[in-house]
Amino acid sequence: MLALLSPLGLILPSLFGAGGAWGEWGAEEFHKLVGYVPEGMHQLAHLWKSPLKDYTVSGQTPGLARRGLGYVLTAFIGVAVTAGLAYLIANVLGRKNRDK
Amino acid sequence: MHIPDGYLGPATYGAMFGATVPFWAFASWKLNRTLKARQAPYLALGAAFSFVIMMFNIPVLGGTTGHATGTTLIAILLGPWAAIISVSVALVIQALLFGDGGITAIGANCFTMAVAGGLTGYGVYRVIAAGSDRKSRRRLVAGAIAAYVSLNVSALLTAVLLGVQPLIEISSSGQPLYAPYPLAVTVPAMVSGHVLLFGFVEAVVTALVLKYFQRNEPAMLA
Repeated sequence: MLALLSPLGLILPSLFGAGGAWGEWGAEEFHKLVGYVPEGMHQLAHLWKSPLKDYTVSGQTPGLARRGLGYVLTAFIGVAVTAGLAYLIANVLGRKNRDK
Repeated sequence: MHIPDGYLGPATYGAMFGATVPFWAFASWKLNRTLKARQAPYLALGAAFSFVIMMFNIPVLGGTTGHATGTTLIAILLGPWAAIISVSVALVIQALLFGDGGITAIGANCFTMAVAGGLTGYGVYRVIAAGSDRKSRRRLVAGAIAAYVSLNVSALLTAVLLGVQPLIEISSSGQPLYAPYPLAVTVPAMVSGHVLLFGFVEAVVTALVLKYFQRNEPAMLA
């Protein structure tokens, strides 16, 4: 249910014209903010390519409605993967006390 | 509050992995002794809850956004060690799949939001709620205050990690190599939003869910 409401986390900021969180800019945004990209940051920033970067499904489609849909979809994927992994870990950790 | 790749220098992110891994190990050891197999779904629910609540970005003046983490709530319901593990799982998935928080910063982000947030939230809650009935109003107030304090501790730690970068990571020509803003900028920028708004969001969410448990599942509030 919370996942269905998650686009609020996308819609509210865009209503107020707010960008991302403070201190979470990408290299391009950073260039605009301070005029240069620090050397070390430049090297590390592209270390990892996330398959669903910024909670969008591939092919950046414009429009809040489409992005909202992608956000819900990624919320479901994320919740499923997170819950699955946590369940797995908890199961392994709880093995000893299975009968209690 | 999710520090991306490239903001922290190797000395900092290395040290933060070093600081976080013992907590993961201890939390696993602790859960290994106390967690019952039938409680596994609760841990999964906690992780999923934390994941999704961090997607609710709330705008503040100044053009940035922030969010609650759910760490304190999980710590109250499942204990601080279960909170550390479940919030860490959410953070690792966010970094790996969604690029929310860097790979190199996983140690740092798990330390600020899961370890420090969980232990602070649990500690404050225990102190204020000490000796109160599990259905009492004091439990709700304790949860709200604990959530507020916990989120702000996480935000302050994040600001300090970012703010020390220009002090310790400078190129030979004197330019910052990683996050360039000094403490005097990062601390007010991070803390103001969390003190004024996101902390209250975290507090209200925590108190409301606790109230639900008081009404319907008081057994969960040990």
